[in-house]
Amino acid sequence: MNGNTIEPARSPSDRSPRAAASRSIRTPDASPRRSLSPENSDPTLSQRVRKLESRQPPLVERLIEVTIKVLAYSAVAAMILIFIFIAKEAWPILTSSAIHREVTLAKMWFAQQWPGYDSPEHVWQPVSEIPKYGVWPLVVGTIKVTFIAMLVAVPLAISAAVFVSQYAGRRTREIVKPAIEFLAGIPSVVLGFFALMVMASWFQDLFGFDSRLNALVAGVALSFAVIPVVFTVCEEALGAVPRSYVEASAALGAARWQTITRVVLPAAAPGIAASIALGLGRAFGETMIVLMASGNAAILSATPADSVRTLSATIAAELAEVVFGGPHYTVLFTLAVLLFVVTFGINFMGDQAISRMKRRMGVAQ
Amino acid sequence: MKGSSLRPSRWPHIGDVVLWLATGLATLLVLVILAVILIDVVKNGAPRLTLGFLTKAPSDGMTAGGIFPAIFGTVALVILMTIAALPAGVATAIYLHEYARPAALATRIVRIAVNNLAGVPSIVFGLFGLGFFVQFVGGGMDKLFYGGDKVFGQPALIWAALTMAILTLPVVIVATEEALSNVSPDVRLASAALGATKFQTIARVVLPQAVPGIMTGAILAISRGAGEVAPILFTGAAYFLPTLPHALHDQFMQLGYHVYVLATQSPDVDATRPLLYATVLVLLVLTFALNASAILVRSRMRRHLSRSHG
Repeated sequence: MNGNTIEPARSPSDRSPRAAASRSIRTPDASPRRSLSPENSDPTLSQRVRKLESRQPPLVERLIEVTIKVLAYSAVAAMILIFIFIAKEAWPILTSSAIHREVTLAKMWFAQQWPGYDSPEHVWQPVSEIPKYGVWPLVVGTIKVTFIAMLVAVPLAISAAVFVSQYAGRRTREIVKPAIEFLAGIPSVVLGFFALMVMASWFQDLFGFDSRLNALVAGVALSFAVIPVVFTVCEEALGAVPRSYVEASAALGAARWQTITRVVLPAAAPGIAASIALGLGRAFGETMIVLMASGNAAILSATPADSVRTLSATIAAELAEVVFGGPHYTVLFTLAVLLFVVTFGINFMGDQAISRMKRRMGVAQ
Repeated sequence: MKGSSLRPSRWPHIGDVVLWLATGLATLLVLVILAVILIDVVKNGAPRLTLGFLTKAPSDGMTAGGIFPAIFGTVALVILMTIAALPAGVATAIYLHEYARPAALATRIVRIAVNNLAGVPSIVFGLFGLGFFVQFVGGGMDKLFYGGDKVFGQPALIWAALTMAILTLPVVIVATEEALSNVSPDVRLASAALGATKFQTIARVVLPQAVPGIMTGAILAISRGAGEVAPILFTGAAYFLPTLPHALHDQFMQLGYHVYVLATQSPDVDATRPLLYATVLVLLVLTFALNASAILVRSRMRRHLSRSHG
């Protein structure tokens, strides 16, 4: 609607774009607000409208908009600052000769011949006469606990997601989904407490472990924190599979289970992969559960019945008692850099899988 | 599958029975896990949960008294956290949803940062809070304003709250963005057609409609912040304090940290067990109440939206 026919005659002071707009209907940059022009010739009203039209947003508004744009980068700033400040405290491990007298990256990652030991070994004993910073017991401990947690959580969570999205009726869904959200809402310190006080005793009665707190207890407790993460993302991915896929499969005579296993699950595969990746990131970095339930002995072993110490729990347990800027402090921040980089990598891959899934479903629909 | 009959069988296929049972049992098991935890905590925590427990300070080496200072500290922490996280989170969501071009590099970077911030391990936030807020910002303030005296350059309520604010930022952003995308494009166009500027439209039309969604985000952030312990281990939480925090640079007690300390560092586990259970119950009730209200606000918002959109 180009209002040049109904607008009152303009004074010669009319600005040229406006004049151009009234000459050509096709001018694309004719302001949409032109349609505000009144259909009467009340001069005061049309003047007021013209003033309205030509105004810039007030200065205050523009300032607020700039503020919004600046604040919008707070998450980016946070990510960068987190990396810089963790890396800054870990940096001396590479450069400081004072710290190299006690520990280097090589000493952390390769077996060392310690006095009193028969052969070179990986030992984590940062608080002893000769501090030993072999990180392999911690890395293996982290992998062990994470693996157990994933082994429990992934089948349970994906099965539950399949049930809720494919078989359950509306009423069942309305019970299960909030329940799993509640499970997600349980603070990890409460899960750690439950593992420490209750589950550990049950597991010991069941299996007769030597150490009450061990990798299995910590791993199973950790899976309770991972299940909601995997379930939520997975359920969403399954729900995003277009109905037309399911209908086409049914029309070809496939039974429900055949549709689920051969159509729905493959279509949702990137989303399911993402759910596993995000769950893995959560398990790998989770602190309080393993700190409370794993026993925290840095033993290099593959047995789930042994007590373990994970990377995150090591930082949480030891940082409070170290000398600021000392070798132990620097090593703990180096472990934090490792945690940060690995979880970033896992989550980044998970994210990529999700956006690929969204693109794919967006095209399919 | 037997292809002889075109009519669908009255009985479900055996594969369906198996899959239904397997996935149904897995779902049931998850619900049972939740129920077992809840029942254990409620059964053991409820008897000790009295008004005095909620209003008194711990005494006799944590074997008697209550947890009022921990409740107070938790509330103070989440209030300060919300004050810091809400404006930044809402602004980010407004930028992402209303201003940013989705394909632009800057937008993609902000999104990657938001998504990955949510995945940073909470203990790393703790270290960051110590290195950045306590030592860098706090230490810097001490040098500038207090002639090197330790005032802000040590673990404190304000640093723990700011650390927690960064941790909960993604929660607020995601919820707010969802709320913004639920506001119908029609009202934006209507507002623009009435001559409102972009910002007027956002401030007076879009945001008021998005308030329930933003509230959901704030509540979920508070629930998360009330339960996290790892980020505050080194940034301000204390085991026991004789007085309540009365300034931003004081240390504080917190429910989750209280649970951790009672469970792992108590010299007499049996004596502290009833108190420990009651503390866990309080923490659970608090986070559950918050989560339930978030779910309620959200479902009400959805119902309202579906009604208004026909």
